[in-house]
Amino acid sequence: MTDARYTRTAISLHWLIALLIFAGWGLGYYMNDLPASPAKLKYFNWHKWIGVTVFILAVLRSAWLVSHPWPPWPSGVPAWQMRAARLSHFLLYLLMLVIPVSGWLMSSARGFQTVYLGLVPLPDLLPKNKVFGDLLEEVHRVLAYGLAGLVAIHIAAVFKHQFVDRDNLLARMIPFLSSRSPEPRP
Amino acid sequence: MLGRRVPAWLSGSVLMALGLAALAAIGSVDAGKSRISATFRQMNVPVEGEFRTFRGTVQFDPKNPAAGSARIEIDTGSFDIGAEEYNDEVKRKEWFDTAAHPHALFVSSSVAPAGPNRFTATGELTLKGKTRELRVPFTVRDEGSSRIYEGEVPLSRKAHAIGSADWDDVLEDRVVVKFRVVTATK
Repeated sequence: MTDARYTRTAISLHWLIALLIFAGWGLGYYMNDLPASPAKLKYFNWHKWIGVTVFILAVLRSAWLVSHPWPPWPSGVPAWQMRAARLSHFLLYLLMLVIPVSGWLMSSARGFQTVYLGLVPLPDLLPKNKVFGDLLEEVHRVLAYGLAGLVAIHIAAVFKHQFVDRDNLLARMIPFLSSRSPEPRP
Repeated sequence: MLGRRVPAWLSGSVLMALGLAALAAIGSVDAGKSRISATFRQMNVPVEGEFRTFRGTVQFDPKNPAAGSARIEIDTGSFDIGAEEYNDEVKRKEWFDTAAHPHALFVSSSVAPAGPNRFTATGELTLKGKTRELRVPFTVRDEGSSRIYEGEVPLSRKAHAIGSADWDDVLEDRVVVKFRVVTATK
């Protein structure tokens, strides 16, 4: 076991982004097949604002990571697991950046500009074009499912560390857990 | 047969018919080169839809604007936002009500100069059964054998009972109609 923790900034960004990804993903899944209504327009706009926010926070998180690397690994983690962890985190970061961009491009191609928080219009990078719109919607959807899969793996790994390895790795991301040590191994 | 003279009344009628046809062709709107769109704002996002089907005539001589006249008829059911779902939505009773009001009609009553190469056509717009006076500013230029009229005019949705109240918090009342109307000059 180790007292090593993520920095307060990294922890805040992690949980904020996690919350927004769950909200944005759920909203995106729910809103798509709704019939036309004022509520649907609101959901689409909120979804886009969430996406832009995730993108900004993911950029900050990436920049922070460069200057504040991960805390050291707990002892006894096999090399393949380290490689798997590095790869899955790299993909998580990548998707946090690419998925909002794909949504932004899709909005441009659909002719519905993204206006962040209803205040800041983002430039339309593509002209209105149905073929691009349909293609980008598919890309956005597939990437979103990919992200869901990665998040599932991410959470499964947490459970594995917490209840199988019992190395209390979660405390690195949830500081108040570190005062409570896990049950000793039988 | 060959030597027989064509009766004067017949040749006169034919010439007159040809003349009228030519006149009509000169003033009639070339829908393929023309474009009429409406831009509205939903949650501050500008969205543009195009009327795909319209027809009309414009008789206008920049040297004698007072003699000018325009008549434009638009098929309300041809409004294309670029999303099938919303194209269907705006046909409904609370929007254009295309079943009861398939056409919008603008008929000018007078045209007056409004600056260098700028004019204002005053007339009546009938949209969803409501007729209101409309002043349409426009410019004119010739390009090859085409005469191009361009301009934009703001309208009020509510003045024409387009859109029910539950949409008002996401949709602005103001709709800007932009047009590029092309007729043949010869």
